[in-house]
Amino acid sequence: MRYDVVVIGAGPGGSVAAKTCAEKGLSVLLVEKRQEIGAPVRCAEGIGKKDLERFVEPKKKFIAAEVVGAKIYAPDGTEITLTEEMAGNEVGYVLERKVFDRYLAKLAANAGADVMVKTSAVGMEKKDGGVKVKLRRMGEEFEVECSIVIGADGVESRVGKWAGIDTTLKLDEIESCVQYLMTGIDFDPEYCHFWFGNKIAPGGYVWLFPKGNSSANVGVGVMPSLAKKPPKDFLDEFVERNYGKGRIVEVVAGAVPVKGEIETAVADNVMLVGDAARHADPITGGGIANAMKAGYYAGVTAAEAIEKGDCSAKTLRKYDERWKNDFGKDLAKKRKIQQKLVKMDDETLNKIMHTLAECRLEEISVRAILKALIKKHPKLLWDLKDFII
Amino acid sequence: MAKKVVVNRYRCAYCGACVAVCKFNANELVETFLVIDEEKCNGCGICVKVCPMNALEVVS
Ligand SMILES: Cc1cc2nc3c(=O)[nH]c(=O)nc-3n(C[C@H](O)[C@H](O)[C@H](O)COP(=O)(O)OP(=O)(O)OC[C@H]3O[C@@H](n4cnc5c(N)ncnc54)[C@H](O)[C@@H]3O)c2cc1C
Ligand code: SF4
Ligand code: SF4
Repeated sequence: MRYDVVVIGAGPGGSVAAKTCAEKGLSVLLVEKRQEIGAPVRCAEGIGKKDLERFVEPKKKFIAAEVVGAKIYAPDGTEITLTEEMAGNEVGYVLERKVFDRYLAKLAANAGADVMVKTSAVGMEKKDGGVKVKLRRMGEEFEVECSIVIGADGVESRVGKWAGIDTTLKLDEIESCVQYLMTGIDFDPEYCHFWFGNKIAPGGYVWLFPKGNSSANVGVGVMPSLAKKPPKDFLDEFVERNYGKGRIVEVVAGAVPVKGEIETAVADNVMLVGDAARHADPITGGGIANAMKAGYYAGVTAAEAIEKGDCSAKTLRKYDERWKNDFGKDLAKKRKIQQKLVKMDDETLNKIMHTLAECRLEEISVRAILKALIKKHPKLLWDLKDFII
Repeated sequence: MAKKVVVNRYRCAYCGACVAVCKFNANELVETFLVIDEEKCNGCGICVKVCPMNALEVVS
């Protein structure tokens, strides 16, 4: 079997990559190790409206809820409200990822991509200017040849390592998360909710994302280098304190890479997209939007390289250029801010939130708020001013 | 005694966090179950710290 492109992993990054390749006329195989695309879920399912609409028309069947903004709570309970535009790439729609991921994979298939599920990529090697990908399906190993491999294999990615890009995460470059889908709880369904504080979520935050009909994703992410106990314990305590009467109807565990911008997501014949390339936002942990963007850019670049008959790293660097220009710098900046944020004690967090609470957030820009913050807390944020202003 | 890590299958929620942090490629999330390669695992315990479900333990 031979394809122009083999895409490994059918999350949002991989499916958009496969769809783009197919639309550009390439022969493409999308490989997913799970037997059901999209399940089990590893996500709180929030995405900005524009971010979604850039790639797919919103459909009722994969949108569980819509929100108008975010409410953020300081350790002392001080509350600030952000509009959707200000709240980052996680706030707007709350998806039903089980349905959404499958829908995206179907779009790829309808565009002409071959799809194999319950099939793992277990290795790859170079061959005659192309790549031989080793696959394993229901215990049987076989090989597929191709010119380009797109590694969209998520947080547990191996494709990068096979190609010589070391993507191993350190304990301060990852958020470890647990989430319950809860039902029968009280909350304001117009907003996504975020709680900060070293006691409830060291190096991360607690979230509640509405999913309609008094149900919501309630979860916690912590930075393992700072947390003294597993996230599940933090979540159980939070739920016990705030939503003790609710019922848990689903358990989700997962991890988000928060390493920031990596130097390169490219090697000879290989491109990495989405979580595999550590593309998630280091502050919010949102990664669906960037995964789809990266998938699109990788698809476009693959088509150009194949047309040119040159799939060397040098040609594929165009892909690095594209994702870095779009959101790479933002990842680098957010990583710097995050490193600062996770070191703040609760008292400092409270102070910052008090300043924010005094601003009328609907009327001014994020930049203006940050400027006001720096003016009020110069010592605290001084070394970040170059990134912010 | 050589150290290695073991997984409690009843706790593991197949999230892949442990795979993302292992420098030695000693673990793999196969579809939805975790396997640990005893030959490669040196019991460094990094993965234990990242596991959201507290499903991993270093043993001698
Ligand atoms: C608890 C939690 C909450 C989150 N909340 C949000 C949120 O609200 N909003 C948001 O935008 N992001 C959120 N994220 C991040 C988001 O889930 C990811 O960034 C996003 O799924 C990345 O998409 P992807 O396509 O890169 O990878 P994934 O969606 O992880 O897909 C990778 C796919 O590759 C497959 N795969 C892996 N290895 C192989 C192999 N060897 N062979 C074949 N297939 C393989 C996997 O089975 C998987 O299906 C959250 C993450 C977690 C853990
Ligand atoms: S204990 Fe260390 S070597 Fe063994 S699986 Fe965990 S991280 Fe890898
Ligand atoms: S980190 Fe824990 S829950 Fe996740 S796959 Fe590894 S052992 Fe299982």
